[in-house]
Amino acid sequence: MTIVARFEVSYSQCLDAAGRVTGVLPAFARMPADLIPLYRWMVLARALDQRMLTLQRTGQLGTFASGVGKEAVDVGVASAMQADDVLLPTYRETGAQLVRGVSVEELLAYWGGDERGSDFAVPRRDFPVCITIASHCVHAVGVAYAMKFRHEPRVAVCMIGDGATSKGEFYEALNGAGTWKLPVLFVVTNNQWAISVPRSTQSAAATLAQKAIAAGIPGEQVDGNDLIAVRAAAERALARARAGEGPSVIEALSYRLADHTTADDATRYRDPDEVARAWQNEPLHRVREYLVASEVWRREDEEMLAHECTARIQTAVQAYLQRAKPSPAQMFDHLHARLPAAYQPQRDGAVRGE
Amino acid sequence: MPAITLVEAVNLALARALADDPSVVVLGQDVGRDGGVFRATLGLLERFGPQRVIDTPLAEQLMTGMAIGMAVEGLRPVVEMQFSGFAYVAIDQMLNHAGRMRHRSQGRLTCPMVLRTPCGAGIHPPEHHSESPEAMFAHVPGIRVVYPSSPRRAYGLLLAAIRDPDPVVFLEPTRLYRLFREEVEDDGVATPLDHCVTLREGSDITLVTWGAMVHETLQVAAALAEEGVAAEVIDVVTLRPFDLDTVLASVARTGRCVIVSEAVRAAGFASEIAAGIAEHGLLSLFAPIERVTAFDVVVPLARLEDRYMPDRDRILAAVRRCLAFG
Repeated sequence: MTIVARFEVSYSQCLDAAGRVTGVLPAFARMPADLIPLYRWMVLARALDQRMLTLQRTGQLGTFASGVGKEAVDVGVASAMQADDVLLPTYRETGAQLVRGVSVEELLAYWGGDERGSDFAVPRRDFPVCITIASHCVHAVGVAYAMKFRHEPRVAVCMIGDGATSKGEFYEALNGAGTWKLPVLFVVTNNQWAISVPRSTQSAAATLAQKAIAAGIPGEQVDGNDLIAVRAAAERALARARAGEGPSVIEALSYRLADHTTADDATRYRDPDEVARAWQNEPLHRVREYLVASEVWRREDEEMLAHECTARIQTAVQAYLQRAKPSPAQMFDHLHARLPAAYQPQRDGAVRGE
Repeated sequence: MPAITLVEAVNLALARALADDPSVVVLGQDVGRDGGVFRATLGLLERFGPQRVIDTPLAEQLMTGMAIGMAVEGLRPVVEMQFSGFAYVAIDQMLNHAGRMRHRSQGRLTCPMVLRTPCGAGIHPPEHHSESPEAMFAHVPGIRVVYPSSPRRAYGLLLAAIRDPDPVVFLEPTRLYRLFREEVEDDGVATPLDHCVTLREGSDITLVTWGAMVHETLQVAAALAEEGVAAEVIDVVTLRPFDLDTVLASVARTGRCVIVSEAVRAAGFASEIAAGIAEHGLLSLFAPIERVTAFDVVVPLARLEDRYMPDRDRILAAVRRCLAFG
């Protein structure tokens, strides 16, 4: 017998849960103060998440999928992207969308049930939230194909969860991306739960990153609660893609600290002790500890940042709550470039309220 | 001007679109080196290269979904589903994404793609090759469903579908691929979508059909003419959005209507047409609307194909019942 192929999957971490340096710090993190802008995004994402939950509970927002606990993945990946790259997010990537330039008011509008919230002023080429699991993985392949076709140094970044890696589209996308060596990055936030189904039921594979290997593309695992490790891995993958070296998969190990959505009750299927333990690992704490230990962040800075976030969100919430309800015409006006004559009577009836 | 088959007309339109617009790409399984299992893409790889005529891995969701991604990023992809039964997988992507991208983003992102698939029975293939999925696609908001029935219309409609700013499902009747030839001028002129075409005028009865059944329906109309019955034949051409007005105007003159469809009857597109006439043209009718369709059964393998599909006798019998009524 001869071994014809051999594979390994790496895991990387730069900061542990207590904020101690455990790995080689990449260039962007050599000066601790350089992490402050990223930390500010994480705090804003957490604050917005909490406000969304409050708005939902008080009947002022629709069903919402909290991203609490994945701020390091969202900020690490989105901050590594260039403006003209394309993000293809799921419903749990609010933090990443924020960093990409989607406004708080647009995010509120979307989760408040208005399609105009997906007509981002910035970034114009990013995809709206994808709800049907993994179905946007294949879109990312097409986006990346178009980028490569036009010789543009851009990258498509597709974010998914652990459950998505069980789906056919995920495998088909990885396989196709590998075949054409396309500039696409798949980021799998492995938060251990797909609604009530744990990671152990999802797959017998030791890692989700290794699913990349079957498609002939690199896959690596990072501590998804470690901003520095996530950002470093994203930078490496994006640079490879931009250099024409093809696609990659990053599995970011994290934990879903919230219910699946506001319509879910996770106490039905998971042990509160497990959640409490996971909070010990949450991603904001370690960055803050590291910044404080590096003497570039003080309690006053933290308080001022909290105030800033609250004010920024409050301004957007006010604007959101004062938005007029969309006209029924909105259902028709972007169905096609021009509404076909056959549907015109329906539009007229809808506008008249018939 | 050469007389060519329907599949050659598809090939001609694809070549024309690729030559005219550098953002057009063709993708699918075997579309490159093989020229497609029906040869619809013959010679395109040699002319336009592998970046634009793309052999994909054997993965329908990938082909369809990546076409959506390409379209959103500014290309004009034309995907080939190899056989009709394999196109069912694509319904998910067409329904959940292609038809919604423009609305979902309020016009920010658009999806100008074409999904081509051979359709219909009658060529004695294995299972899953003889499906008539038009009603399933026609149920999807935000997409057009186009079904040509002649080489000339296939050429013009495919050009229109590729140039359309929105997603189009382009159904090709395999039975007609090589059944007859027609002179087709490669003039790059698109045939407008969203319109029925009246193939034959008549004042006694309206026959409405689409796809391969246009062929049998025209034969029935010719036979009726010999008996002195003037049948009007309307080819639906675009199932979604459906041009009900043309059908209503005809029924207003004839007062009688038979709808011929190769698909199964239950919840089929023939029912949609009949409902439209019942809602808006009831008082024009002298007789109940007749539907001539396949049975509500699984498409059989080759030995029973001819008994499954409506044939001239079944169409003629329905026409006679309709004419004799009242």
